[in-house]
Amino acid sequence: MTEMLPVLAVFLPLLAGVILFLSGPGPGGLWALGGIVLSAAPSLLLVRQVAVMGTIEHLMGGWSVPLGIRLMADGLSALMILLTAVVGVLVSIHALGLFDRRDAASRQFWVLWPLLWGALNALFLSADLFNAYVTLELVTLAAIPLVLLAGSARAVSAALRYLILALFGSMLYLAGVALIYGLTGVLDMQLAGERLAGGGWVVNLAAALMVTGLLVKAAIVPFHLWLPDAHGSAPAPVSALLSALVVKAAVYLLLRLWSGPLLEPLSQPSVAWLLAGLGVAAILYGSVQALRQPRLKLVVAYSTVAQLGYMLLLFPMAGLLAWQGVIYHGVAHGVAKAALFLAAGNILYQIGHDRIVDLRGSGTVLAVSFGTFAIAGISIMGLPPSGGFLGKWLLLQATLGAGAWWLALVILAGGLLAAGYVFRVLRAAFQLPDSDAEGMEPPVRHIGPLMRWPALVLALLGIALGFAGEPLLALLGDMPGGAG
Amino acid sequence: MIYQALPLWVLMTSLVAALVVFVAGERRHRLRITVNLAAAVFKLLLVAVMLVGVLRGDLFLVRFAVLPGVELILHADALTMLFTTLSAVLWLVTTVYAISYLEQRPNRARFFGFFSLCVAATMGIATAGNLFTFFVFYELLTLATWPLVVHNGWPKAMAVGRLYLRYTLGGGAVLLLGIVALNSLGVPGDFLAGGSLDGVEKTHRAAVFGIFLLLLGGLGVKAAVVPLHVWLPSAMVAPAPVSALLHAVAVVKAGAFGIVRVVYDVYGLEVMTELQLGTLLAAVASVTIIYGSLKAIAQTDLKRRLAYSTVSQVSYIALGVGLGSPLATVGGLVHLVHQGLMKITLFFCAGNYAETHGIHKITELNGIGRRMPWTTAMFTLGAFGMMGAPPLAGFVSKWYLGMGALQAEALWVIPVLLVSTALNAIYFLPMLYRAWFAPPADREAAAGLAEARLGLLVPTLCTGIAALGAGVLAGLPLSPLSWVAFIVAQEYGE
Repeated sequence: MTEMLPVLAVFLPLLAGVILFLSGPGPGGLWALGGIVLSAAPSLLLVRQVAVMGTIEHLMGGWSVPLGIRLMADGLSALMILLTAVVGVLVSIHALGLFDRRDAASRQFWVLWPLLWGALNALFLSADLFNAYVTLELVTLAAIPLVLLAGSARAVSAALRYLILALFGSMLYLAGVALIYGLTGVLDMQLAGERLAGGGWVVNLAAALMVTGLLVKAAIVPFHLWLPDAHGSAPAPVSALLSALVVKAAVYLLLRLWSGPLLEPLSQPSVAWLLAGLGVAAILYGSVQALRQPRLKLVVAYSTVAQLGYMLLLFPMAGLLAWQGVIYHGVAHGVAKAALFLAAGNILYQIGHDRIVDLRGSGTVLAVSFGTFAIAGISIMGLPPSGGFLGKWLLLQATLGAGAWWLALVILAGGLLAAGYVFRVLRAAFQLPDSDAEGMEPPVRHIGPLMRWPALVLALLGIALGFAGEPLLALLGDMPGGAG
Repeated sequence: MIYQALPLWVLMTSLVAALVVFVAGERRHRLRITVNLAAAVFKLLLVAVMLVGVLRGDLFLVRFAVLPGVELILHADALTMLFTTLSAVLWLVTTVYAISYLEQRPNRARFFGFFSLCVAATMGIATAGNLFTFFVFYELLTLATWPLVVHNGWPKAMAVGRLYLRYTLGGGAVLLLGIVALNSLGVPGDFLAGGSLDGVEKTHRAAVFGIFLLLLGGLGVKAAVVPLHVWLPSAMVAPAPVSALLHAVAVVKAGAFGIVRVVYDVYGLEVMTELQLGTLLAAVASVTIIYGSLKAIAQTDLKRRLAYSTVSQVSYIALGVGLGSPLATVGGLVHLVHQGLMKITLFFCAGNYAETHGIHKITELNGIGRRMPWTTAMFTLGAFGMMGAPPLAGFVSKWYLGMGALQAEALWVIPVLLVSTALNAIYFLPMLYRAWFAPPADREAAAGLAEARLGLLVPTLCTGIAALGAGVLAGLPLSPLSWVAFIVAQEYGE
């Protein structure tokens, strides 16, 4: 049973997707609820198992590498699977509240989302370059139609742009994998890493192709163009999943490659600093753009562009502290960003628009939604007590420990800019409405507990992560492959 | 266990009160008032128990590891109790004041929720056992005070809120940089009497010096040290109870208290002297003292004049701490309490004037003493205290500061104190003259007694009399002065 858990974590969500395709979400969302449980259970069991026993490996069909495919759940995989399960369950509950269960969008959501879930888990468990490619492709292909569920013209063009850039990224990645296969004759990450030792220009080229492909999929500046529109125009639960998990999947794979087969080419100082430079650009550019967006969901989307930048600061630091900091930041961002998108979605749902200037004076009627936004914002700003703060603390320790003062200043500046865009929204909530608009109180749609609570719980989890550093970093364990 | 964790319970009392107030919502006034008052009284009891415990030498400590090698530590030492007791007492008084002040106004649940959250943050700052924990609550205080600053929702309040965030969050970032830099030198930043640098200053002299500047820069924002004080006079746009408790006491004291912790319990007096940091701190404080007083003279708005007076007076604490001699330390630390009592009284009075007769400008004070004798009497007590007239609380502070300067052989401080006193008189005495002796502007305003309502007046009388008592009864055990002497004896190991 234990060694089957990685397989179950992949296939039970897929099975849930198939069942829900046939059944629909069902009366009262009963089938959908069953699907959530079916998908989440093996993930949580797997995480527990990794926490107790350490890394778990599974050889598919009993075939050993290089012939067979290896699934591996180490601390990093477990943490990402846990993040997916927790965010997934809460966002699912929100979706139960949001989507009218009879309409077509709802049916499609409940097929695509379990498929996405399974694909994400598969990616987190892949120990094989090509397998990683396939699962990354599955993730993208499940994510794009989810954007389309919004049905607006804006969403269609955003999804198209997403599709084109994602395909471009996939091709680059695949070309890199092909080069490595040509050099080594294997696809297993560990074996390939061993055979790639010594480097050479082909390895560098392969690394460049694969990394660029992943940067496109992770929407790192200057490849971020697809993200704000796609994440900003999708339905709220989809935006939450995309920002919290899907872009993180590409970054995850980048971290895997860095700590595994591509350690050597990516550890060259010039490459490491180039990547960190992109990270810095992402932090500053994304934050400044977030400050300037007229719509709430776009603010949150650009914030994702900025927050992903922090994860690239790992490369020149390359120590355990930076590793822990980057991953903790990623997890905290996932939780808090999902909360932000759900809160923004609730505001949009309640008053029918999300134009920030017109939110003035709505703080009292939308108190719970704005409160959720504020609490999640604490983590995004990296202020204590929150998971975002612990990630920032670790990263600051890493940068100062390595003597990179200016990177520490960028991290702090990023936090202040984030405060700028979070408080810009909250200011609207506290400001009195313009006197001439008085008496024109817009009708407010009621949101039920299914929509209200998951957002609030996610936001509070972002705070709770500020106290959970010890157990989660224990689960994460050391850097794999002795990188650094 | 439960007894040892008292600092946590003290903090939780306000936190739970905040949660209940938020959840209860706007309409349940009676529940909200009950919870607010019950929590304030309960906390005062817990603080009293803790005070006795600290006096007996009991250990109060809660630790929780949040990261490998990084702990949240709550503890209670004598210095903790100085700040905790002050906050707990003033919280109760201000809660009464605020309930009355905000009657019939909108968004009271939001106000009192964040108000309690501020107090929780203040308690965290007081009981923090290392720099990490201190920082957590220092930032929480920023987050919890912003909604109170912008509470009215006017465009002016929103603009001030933005200024407030720029200063406080910017200061927070600088402070964080300093704390992490200290960490990367291998100093966890625990608050231990005598300092916890552990000899790092010998190997990393320049870094230790630079980090002190970062820490001082970060803490100086909340302590309103010139030129980082700009937010404080502007923040007076907030409702009166916020100005009274938060800006005269909690926020500025959080900064000042942080400076005290860094000087005595992280760097330690030896290192402060060796690196000349004490002199630097005293010099910065002196500039602030004079500058704040000069600016106060130029103000025409009552609350703004009081705010600049706060800028000036809070730096007495830093001055005493910077001088570093035992007597100067007594003067600085005791001013933490004395300034709090006097300044909250003055702000309560300003609130009473504004609420009862719409008085905001200093010129409008003419003849108000006849209409509001009690409020004006308390205002007079506070003002004389600030000037340092014996036997009021402010005199005790200044006396010890002056003696401490002599003890530290820093004679240049004496003129600073004298000039400051003269400037205090220049901006306080004309106000008192107007209030008591100037004829009122219009005839009908002169007619009869029109005091502030009881809910506002009683808290004002309480703090005013406490400020008087702290000076007159300074010699009694458990007076602020005696408690500070107890702290100083510990710090200097005498």
